[in-house]
Amino acid sequence: MGRMLPRPADFGVAMINTEDIIQTIQMIDEQHLDVRTVTMGISLRDCADPSMERCCEKVYEKITRYAKDLVPVCEAIEQEFGIPIVNRRISVTPAADVAASCDSDDYVPFAKAMDRAAETVGADFIGGFSSLVHKGFSRCDSTLFRSIPEALAETGRVCSSVNIATTRAGINMDAVARMGEIIKETAFLTKEKDCLGCAKLVVFSNAVEDNPFMAGAFHGEGEPECCINVGVSGPGVVAHALKECGGMPFDTVAETIKRTAFKITRVGQLVAQEASSRLGVPFGVVDLSLAPTSAVGDSVAEILELMGLESCGAPGTTAALALLNDAVKKGGIMASSHVGGLSGAFIPVSEDSGMVAAVERGSLSIEKLEAMTCVCSVGLDMIAIPGSTSAATISAIIADEAAIGMINNKTTAVRIIPALGKEPGDHVDFGGLLGSAPVMKVSSFSPEKFIARGGRIPAPIHSLRN
Amino acid sequence: MNAIITVVAKDAVGIIAYISGFLSEKNINIMDISQTILQQYFTMIMLVDLSKCSAPFDELRTSLQEAGDKKGLVVHIQREDIFNAMHKI
Repeated sequence: MGRMLPRPADFGVAMINTEDIIQTIQMIDEQHLDVRTVTMGISLRDCADPSMERCCEKVYEKITRYAKDLVPVCEAIEQEFGIPIVNRRISVTPAADVAASCDSDDYVPFAKAMDRAAETVGADFIGGFSSLVHKGFSRCDSTLFRSIPEALAETGRVCSSVNIATTRAGINMDAVARMGEIIKETAFLTKEKDCLGCAKLVVFSNAVEDNPFMAGAFHGEGEPECCINVGVSGPGVVAHALKECGGMPFDTVAETIKRTAFKITRVGQLVAQEASSRLGVPFGVVDLSLAPTSAVGDSVAEILELMGLESCGAPGTTAALALLNDAVKKGGIMASSHVGGLSGAFIPVSEDSGMVAAVERGSLSIEKLEAMTCVCSVGLDMIAIPGSTSAATISAIIADEAAIGMINNKTTAVRIIPALGKEPGDHVDFGGLLGSAPVMKVSSFSPEKFIARGGRIPAPIHSLRN
Repeated sequence: MNAIITVVAKDAVGIIAYISGFLSEKNINIMDISQTILQQYFTMIMLVDLSKCSAPFDELRTSLQEAGDKKGLVVHIQREDIFNAMHKI
């Protein structure tokens, strides 16, 4: 008579896989795995009112009502799952659309209402002081543009974004010209804080409606009343996995990144589902992002260097980034039921210690960063340039980046900081997630007459794609 | 709800007894346990069932960590779902 032995399947429910558990714990404790942001998107379309004062009251009331549990729910999820959620954010309907009905030529009070609401509920940032002008300005868009510098100088948590180009509409060069001036003005009004205002202002081509990341988050027209979007992080985890792939061919590198991205994204999906069910708000998307922090070991530049480049920015960097960006998407897409937002590897300079080191070493220039934005999300991001850079030059940098987005049917963006009183070699320091950055050299040849033309660059042809 | 408890400490007599005593007081059932000594460090992973535990999760987490601190143990508790999400398709 044989002994009654349990079959392997009987262990199925309770078996501990030590290796998996330790791997997860190491990813969180040692490799900076975190959920970068849980962002609640809130529609403010029903807050329109002829009176600015009344409109602001409605905005404040609605945001604080919908988002009142956002922070406590995220804290509970952090505790229960042992995964840090770095930021809790809110995105709202582009402010220009909501404030359009107000009889006012100043939207700064609107930004202040957003700021107060974010502060009341404890959200780190609120995005949506925004306007979409890829084809032209309505009166409310002009008012919003005018209000941006003061709004960013007088609020702490408000982020602003504008969309100045799309693949279907072309590039609104009047808006591009205007944004060069607005960025300079914002820098001037926040010069006491290293021109911090510009770190909260992004200029888009092909902006997306469900982006959970700042400064570009807004709650688009096609979005529901309220939803939860999650942005994941994890360059440190990818870097750690790649350390095991020394000298191996790119097939292995791509496969390793895919597997790692899958795991990272599954955490985002889990957090998104939990947050959505606890808040009673529909789940929107997981943004398949690889968002660095300024912590050492949490850097996208380091990943590129681990692929065999002496320093980020060396020849080969664009190819390395293309592989990374594509593998992150391929790994992440199966891990989440709904994917959206910006989805791709981010290459901000100030927020990535490896990028900062590459700039200081002299291997990474703005021109190389521009080439890199052709193959990844999202654009020239968190780059400090000399304060003496002209508005026309800033506009021309925006135009170049917008053209890349327009032609390649992708989102591109510019978040650039003219650091007043500083020259290449100096530093700016924004603190927290925004990090610090060396001031980078900008071409001294003038695009002034180019920018002065105004008008629109027509939408590109959609066949004959070469 | 199932959770994973991990305990890391310098090896000493009675760590398992101490932790399982704590869990038993809270009416928490141990479903599986794995333990090893790595370079003089005691490492234990437990799969536990919290369904009969009346304390809310954050309270349990705090009291478990406090109990660990008294004996110099680093104790973490996390819901099992995160491990399943990451490692199972």
